[in-house]
Amino acid sequence: MKLDFPEGDALCPAFGLRLVTGVKNGPSPDWLQRKLTAIGLRPINALVDITNFLTFDRGRPLHVFDAAKVRGNLTVRRAHAGESVLALDGKTYALDDTMCVIADEKGVESIAGIMGGEESGCSETTTDVLIESALWVPHNIARTGRKLGINSDARYRFERGVDPAFMVPGLELATKLVMELCGGTPSEIVVAGDASAPDHVLNFPLSEVRRLSGLDVPPTEVKRVLTHLGFYVAGQGETMKVAVPSWRPDIEGKADLVEEVVRIVGVDNVPATPFPRGDAAFKPVLTPLQVRTRKAKRALAARGLVEAVTWSFIAKPYAELFGGGDAALALANPIAADLSDMRPSIVPSLIGAAQRNADRGFGDTALFEVGQIFRGDKPEDQFTAAAGVRRALAKPAGAGRFWEDKAASVDAFDAKADAFATLAAAGAPMSALQVVPGGPAWLHPGRSGTIQIGPQNVLGYFGEMHPAVLDKLGAEGPMVAFEVVLDRIPEPKAKPTRAKPALELSSFQPVERDFAFVVDRKVRASDIVRAAQSGDRKAITAITVFDVYEGQGIDPDKKSVAIAVRMQPRERTMTDEEIDAIGAKIVAEVTKRTGGVLRG
Amino acid sequence: MSDIETLERQLLTEIEAAPDEAALEAVRIAALGKKGSVSELLKTLGAMTPEERKTKGPAINGLRDRVATGINTRKGALKDAALNARLNRETVDVTLPVREAPAEAGRIHPITQVVDELTAIFADMGFAVAEGPDIETDELNFTMLNFQADHPAREMHDTFFFNPKPDGSRMLLRTHTSPVQIRTMLSQKPPIRVIIPGRTYRCDSDQTHTPMFHQVEGLVIDKGSHLGHLKWILEEFCKAFFEVDKVKMRFRPSFFPFTEPSLEVDIQCRRQGNEIRFGEGEDWLEILGCGMVHPNVLRNCGLDPDVYQGFAWGMGIDRIAMLKYGMPDLRAFFEADVRWLSHYGFRPLDFPTLAGGLSA
Repeated sequence: MKLDFPEGDALCPAFGLRLVTGVKNGPSPDWLQRKLTAIGLRPINALVDITNFLTFDRGRPLHVFDAAKVRGNLTVRRAHAGESVLALDGKTYALDDTMCVIADEKGVESIAGIMGGEESGCSETTTDVLIESALWVPHNIARTGRKLGINSDARYRFERGVDPAFMVPGLELATKLVMELCGGTPSEIVVAGDASAPDHVLNFPLSEVRRLSGLDVPPTEVKRVLTHLGFYVAGQGETMKVAVPSWRPDIEGKADLVEEVVRIVGVDNVPATPFPRGDAAFKPVLTPLQVRTRKAKRALAARGLVEAVTWSFIAKPYAELFGGGDAALALANPIAADLSDMRPSIVPSLIGAAQRNADRGFGDTALFEVGQIFRGDKPEDQFTAAAGVRRALAKPAGAGRFWEDKAASVDAFDAKADAFATLAAAGAPMSALQVVPGGPAWLHPGRSGTIQIGPQNVLGYFGEMHPAVLDKLGAEGPMVAFEVVLDRIPEPKAKPTRAKPALELSSFQPVERDFAFVVDRKVRASDIVRAAQSGDRKAITAITVFDVYEGQGIDPDKKSVAIAVRMQPRERTMTDEEIDAIGAKIVAEVTKRTGGVLRG
Repeated sequence: MSDIETLERQLLTEIEAAPDEAALEAVRIAALGKKGSVSELLKTLGAMTPEERKTKGPAINGLRDRVATGINTRKGALKDAALNARLNRETVDVTLPVREAPAEAGRIHPITQVVDELTAIFADMGFAVAEGPDIETDELNFTMLNFQADHPAREMHDTFFFNPKPDGSRMLLRTHTSPVQIRTMLSQKPPIRVIIPGRTYRCDSDQTHTPMFHQVEGLVIDKGSHLGHLKWILEEFCKAFFEVDKVKMRFRPSFFPFTEPSLEVDIQCRRQGNEIRFGEGEDWLEILGCGMVHPNVLRNCGLDPDVYQGFAWGMGIDRIAMLKYGMPDLRAFFEADVRWLSHYGFRPLDFPTLAGGLSA
């Protein structure tokens, strides 16, 4: 028997082996069978039962080989690539050179520390038995077990660490049981490697117990507890020397000793100690993004949408439809094929959810979610988005048919209103927002918009869902959606005080005038408003679009857009001439910039 | 009977008989208009002798006043009648329903509500809210938290991995919110008091496990915080969160790689149907794990464990939401069924505060 590892690469620190000849194997006695059955193990035969018994009774896994089936010497070594072994569970495992095996001249007889081989296993006919008691490298056992997918009682113990000092005593105990139950004549124990446990002595300041637990334990009590647990305690004063027993590889430092003391004295005896917040100033504890997130949620719920929480991962084809599907964001081990890729958008999940509700008979639903979306696998690629979906008759004023309204389907403006309400609640600079026609490919090209602050900072999108995308998502419209990225909202400048700017009230009546322009259908209302505004930037305080008309009386490729312009005099009442002059300027600007003609 | 009296009787009769305001106006013009019968009488006063005027004057003026008063009275009566007639026509069926206010129809998900409750409680104790990314490195999710390479504790986390990069490293979905402890200790100096709510992931799915769930952790690092403080904070939290006057908690020694000593905490309760009462009964429910931050974790974050110390705890947000509000099934949290959300969700204006009550 030999250990065959290059210098410094020992996967087996120590290996003990003993031959017992002339045994008579058979069913184990009642007491042993009862004990095994009681913990859910199936008795097999006396030799195997003894190893299982000691695994549980003493935390010492062992292995027994039928000596008659072993050819030549046993070698502990790395497996060779391409080798395989039929294990005791009846399965054949392909091995590689990261794994440690016990082999004879025929080949691999056992996967070290995890599971023995079927071929050299002990049966009723075994007369000569080799008993193995060894030490293995815990992380190698863990890795091998994981690679092979074997969860055995031996692996469970070896990967957590066993008592090295008990390797040989365990072998002796096994021998004794074999002789008692099966008879036979033992040979000498052969040991390769070094099974001695390293000395592990800790300096233990007694004050650590109080420092970490708040518990006052007298030194004599500390000493008593540790001694009873098998520690050797020496020294008097403030710091004791504590030697760790070989069966406690989990004890690393002082904190572990505190745990031993506290768990024996009893955590219930630790007095609950008030933890005052101190004299730190009361300040907001939420970051600006956290504040935006909670405000966005409440604002959307207040608009009648219902908050959903959906998976962060979606099906790859869905991720691709919404601009995702990067290899870096695909899970290597998804739990299901439709939960495979980190979502680039919340919208597909909400569409799916709205459709599931529709299939159950709840067709007019409005759902939202505020949560993470992923553009890459770095922390800065993760964003917090707010998204909402409205389906069928789930209008902002209320869902479903109603006697007061004609039943109108949701439209792009419902989604736009949701998006703007979210941004306003989240503190976006509303007057700086621009809306540009069109959006991402998942939205209807003619009924969607992009919300931005300049082309560099796109905050989000809204509109009617693209029918082809709905089709691919297995959903039925009409559905409208919006999604805005809360991280993209610029932070307002910090102000030294919370005072609001002074209120300016004019004592003069404001004046309102209406204008209707006939323009090409393609002309944007926002351009008309901007042109009108330039009629007089100071006097004009508000412009409202109050009517848009297409149809009879207007060319088919034209529309009529009516605006109400409110002017606020500041120093004195405006004369009719002044008002008319501004009106003429408004008409001139609109005509110049949009080709609009004042409607007679 | 004098002419004046005759005229008065006739005019008053006409006033009384006027069916509407237009007819009444015709009577007024015929009597008090420029060429009206009373106006004509008034003009005759100028040609009279003083004696004649003495007797006729008051009679004619009296006539004018009484006619004018009669017209005004009749005018008021006609106006009232017209208004009444209009009001009688103007009726609506007030039993018709009105739209439910959107704020009544909308809902906040129980997870959001419970996170807001947690925030309210811990903000009051001086805790800030920390967050971190869902996609983490092995280093932050395991190694720096004292999970040794190949230690079985790693495997017990059922980790979702991404595909390996060319350099062999691979990203993962955080299996707990604890990497944010590391991020916090690396980015700010003690004293530290934070809670860390967030999404966590494990590839596990059955009746009581979902591949995505929510955790909240607490972390305290300073130069004197010990298990006694931890016990106090957890007891105060449980009382505040479950809205009861007293709770009984049981602390059991346990193992977590990142704490030493480590404890699991049970809370005493009584189950009645799907309702759970805390602070009474014979049952114990496990609600959280906690412990003193492991010296190796402090060292990994550049903190000397002989100078700095502290504790951490973690629990499932979904789980404590279920315990408090009585939802029977974890999986329903993520199914977006509007029936469930409307039933178990919260109204948007029911913002949890300590002043107004968490769930009041």
